[in-house]
Amino acid sequence: MPSITYREALNQAHVEEMERDDSVFLMGEEVGVYDGAYKVSKGLLDHFDDSQWRVRDTPIAEYGFSGIGVGAAMAGLRPIVEFMTWNFSFLAFDQVVNSAAKMYQMSGGQYNVPVVFRAPGGAALQLGSQHSQCPDPWYSNVPGLKVVAPATPRDAKGLLKSAVRDDDPVLVIEGELLYNTKGEVPDEDDLLVPIGEAEVKREGSDATVICHSKMVLQALEAAEGVLEEHGVDVEVVDLRTLRPLDVDTVIESVKKTNRAVVVEEGWPSAGIGAQVVDDIQREAFDWLDAPVARVSGLDVPMPYARNLEKLAFPSAPYIENAIEKVCYIEDR
Amino acid sequence: MRMSRSAPAGGKPTPPRAVTPQPTETMATKEETPHAAGHRDLLDLPEEEHRDLLRQMMLYRRFEEKTAESYQMGKIGGFCHLYIGQEAVAAGGIPQLEERDHIVSAYREHAHALARGMSPETVMAELYGRVDGCSKGKGGSMHLFDRERNFMGGHAIVGAHLPIAAGVGYRIRYREEDSVVLCLFGDSVMNIGSLNESWNMAAKWGLPVVYICENNSYGMGTEIDRVAAVDELVDRACGYDGMHATAVDGMDVMAMREATDEAVRIAREEKRPSFIEARCYRYMGHSMADPAHGTYRPKDEVDEERENDPILSYLERLDDAGIVSQDEYDEMDEEVIDEVEAAAEFADESPKPDPEAVYEDIYSDAFPHGIDRRDGFRDALE
Repeated sequence: MPSITYREALNQAHVEEMERDDSVFLMGEEVGVYDGAYKVSKGLLDHFDDSQWRVRDTPIAEYGFSGIGVGAAMAGLRPIVEFMTWNFSFLAFDQVVNSAAKMYQMSGGQYNVPVVFRAPGGAALQLGSQHSQCPDPWYSNVPGLKVVAPATPRDAKGLLKSAVRDDDPVLVIEGELLYNTKGEVPDEDDLLVPIGEAEVKREGSDATVICHSKMVLQALEAAEGVLEEHGVDVEVVDLRTLRPLDVDTVIESVKKTNRAVVVEEGWPSAGIGAQVVDDIQREAFDWLDAPVARVSGLDVPMPYARNLEKLAFPSAPYIENAIEKVCYIEDR
Repeated sequence: MRMSRSAPAGGKPTPPRAVTPQPTETMATKEETPHAAGHRDLLDLPEEEHRDLLRQMMLYRRFEEKTAESYQMGKIGGFCHLYIGQEAVAAGGIPQLEERDHIVSAYREHAHALARGMSPETVMAELYGRVDGCSKGKGGSMHLFDRERNFMGGHAIVGAHLPIAAGVGYRIRYREEDSVVLCLFGDSVMNIGSLNESWNMAAKWGLPVVYICENNSYGMGTEIDRVAAVDELVDRACGYDGMHATAVDGMDVMAMREATDEAVRIAREEKRPSFIEARCYRYMGHSMADPAHGTYRPKDEVDEERENDPILSYLERLDDAGIVSQDEYDEMDEEVIDEVEAAAEFADESPKPDPEAVYEDIYSDAFPHGIDRRDGFRDALE
């Protein structure tokens, strides 16, 4: 099985879906001539014979081009709208939340909106507060949307392909720090990862860590740490999709391990983790041997200084601490 | 309760008011506007078409009067924006579109839907929140849709549907088709950023969209002159190369029709967008929540504008030309009132949506793990 980067996996997904279905097109800032701000769309314009209609460079006008994506989708195309980063999507929040998410219902089921909005989310390296945010809970709160956040190259490719084929608006939250990570991706045309299915990325028996996106890598690192240090065997559940959230897989794992740590990169208030904890206490309260622990980014705008940024980012040591806590292991 | 059969409010028609178009030299493409100030002829339409147009406008008026009555009786809820006074824009701009064309509108769109051929029954049932409504009662007054007729809403966030219309235009160019998109909005949109983004891309990419601003002088209660840093709204279009722009007397159905036909031709044949500033006036409040004049405009102004009623002034011309007499008008009015009453009865008798419908039409694809999984305690209401 070939090992490729997360970036290459996304690029392959674009090429395959655009070749498979001529109603699929890509639009966004710098996606064409510039090859993509993060090179996810590298070579696409050339590959599709320099067709500006298939690979559309837009002005910096998030509200406008996201709305064009919604309109084109209502009229039968399947646009992939790239936001460069999710931080810029806030200029288009209205189009995502008020137009894309509501259209099917407010038209009484007449106009579905098969649009994909994609971009990297979360912190990278010292980009400061306005460029280091996790939009995950904001969009996952909205009925009418689907939200996926892949952690591995295989999931990135498979989920993006599923998103393109989905008949409703799907948001793909990628990770700038994930683009260079490598992983095995099956060499097949129809690699589809179903939307709405979590995956156990590491099996274990003593505690469950529930996470998504970049935090999966941190959780796997933490799992090795606590195994080595305390002999604790952790199960890591990668949510992969945030809406609809695979509550079944979470509950099944928690009922097995009886302990849970919920991790996310974003802020704690009203976060994804808050929802997962609620799902656990509603559906698996009697199976818990300890209160559920939450790990999140610190409740502050992301600072620029490298040492402060590291502090605010929920890395493996934080997760190890939380695992120790739910396992009632004294401080090391 | 039946509505009164008196003539629509307003006195004897008078010559056009002083909001006639004043195209300036800075206009986008500096094209001649054939429908100059005071254009009041009847074009070369067959007599039957004039009768139909007049009847259409009468239907919009009576429909909205019935809507107001039903609203006051509590049969219609929420925000409800009436079209009374602006009938010439819908009648002049919409019925002549081809079936394959598209319409994307805002929230004062009851008459736009009727003009597109949606039945008064299905529109009224939507206002009543019933299953036979055009959006199954899920949308309401501000979200009328009819996929069969390419009527794409009904959008309630000011300015949001301008790029959506451009997106439909994008698809038309993408598939190399020759249909066009008509996008209608109010004057408050002229100051929103969405307009610049949409027009810039529509002009740059040659999208076949006809943008019609129904300039009724007030964005809710704010007179456009108080907030727009431009004297003539039509001049806003001069910043977009290739965009055809014109201002027209939106109280004159013939002027409106001529301007729209030209813009539609440009979109269809030349693949470029247009802007029509239709200068009109609304006789009612912004919505059912406020009175006709309120604190922001004097009653005298409304009364004066009613002297220029788009329906009565058209009737006078048709009467002068021997096409429709006052007696024929009265007869048509009876018919239209009956039609509207029947629509209200239909709406009243249409069932309310089943409780299960609350979870329907949210996603068209699968939504695993139970869409209602976190909704506890709702049994209390079922």
